Amino acid sequence: MQPAAELDIFLAIALAALATYGLRAGGLLLAERLPKTGRLRRGMDALPGALLLSLVVPSIANAGPWGMLAAGVTALVAWRSRNMLAAMLLGMIVVLAQRQLGL
Amino acid sequence: MASEFRRGFTALLPVAASVAVYGSVLGVLAAQKGLDWLDILYMDLAVFAGSAQFVMVEMWGERLPVLEMAAAVLVINLRYLLVGASLAPLFQGQPLWRKLGVIHLVADENWAVTMAEMRRGRGTVMFLLGGGVCLIGIWTLGTVVGVLGGSLIAHPEEYALDFAFTAVFTALTVGLWRGKRDCLPWLVAAVLAVLAERWLPGKWYIVIGGIGGAIAAMLQPESTQEAAHATSR
Repeated sequence: MQPAAELDIFLAIALAALATYGLRAGGLLLAERLPKTGRLRRGMDALPGALLLSLVVPSIANAGPWGMLAAGVTALVAWRSRNMLAAMLLGMIVVLAQRQLGL
Repeated sequence: MASEFRRGFTALLPVAASVAVYGSVLGVLAAQKGLDWLDILYMDLAVFAGSAQFVMVEMWGERLPVLEMAAAVLVINLRYLLVGASLAPLFQGQPLWRKLGVIHLVADENWAVTMAEMRRGRGTVMFLLGGGVCLIGIWTLGTVVGVLGGSLIAHPEEYALDFAFTAVFTALTVGLWRGKRDCLPWLVAAVLAVLAERWLPGKWYIVIGGIGGAIAAMLQPESTQEAAHATSR
């Protein structure tokens, strides 16, 4: 793959850094004003999970039956053991096995 | 003050190994996407947020979706607003420059350890900072080693490395499941994401699904469990 343009790399990371720093510092400085309950807070609490799910569901759907099986294994292990690395590796082993064995 | 820093630093050493391994996984994936060690070092130091960095690397390509990436990072890191707010008592009476400096080095792990200290009445800003310095050092080391090693892998798909993103995000997502009240928001998010991915260009499906899910959570009637929790505060 061609590397991305230098300026784009600088900008992309700078913007992401600004967003992240703004949240960290904003939370600290505006602590008193953030909603602690209510609709807005419920939306904020639900956002990260909904976003990660949105990122992963299309890629699982596009990964074919073996990809779906592997994602299921990963999800199950992550849920039962709370061990992210183990969950991830087991899922990858399923895909690896399928490719190496040519299933 | 130096002893508080040292105490914070050593309090994070038990998680060092897993942070380093997690970082090296990010590094290997970053190498497949064409990032070099300077790019990832810059990202580590400037962004310093594990799951957001995985999202950024996943979205990486020859043409960077700069705005989609910033939007996704903003949403995935929203929790830092609450993390920052929860640390306000710790920073009470500290000068602004120290607040603005130290808060950058707050990640999930040193935040959790510092919150535990605060509950025992002995958390300090230097303790938080010591943990942050420990984490960013290990994180940086892990990712850079991962990039350098990962760039030696010629056929990543043979090792299922292309599936690694899906696996990482599946595991991360499961960790964010909060029980029954997530059913509707997650269903809405998944359906929107699949539709948007099919019909819209670029990576907007990630943000669209995420915001759609959050709106579903806002429209959902407040669960009795949550209401009870709110009144007990």
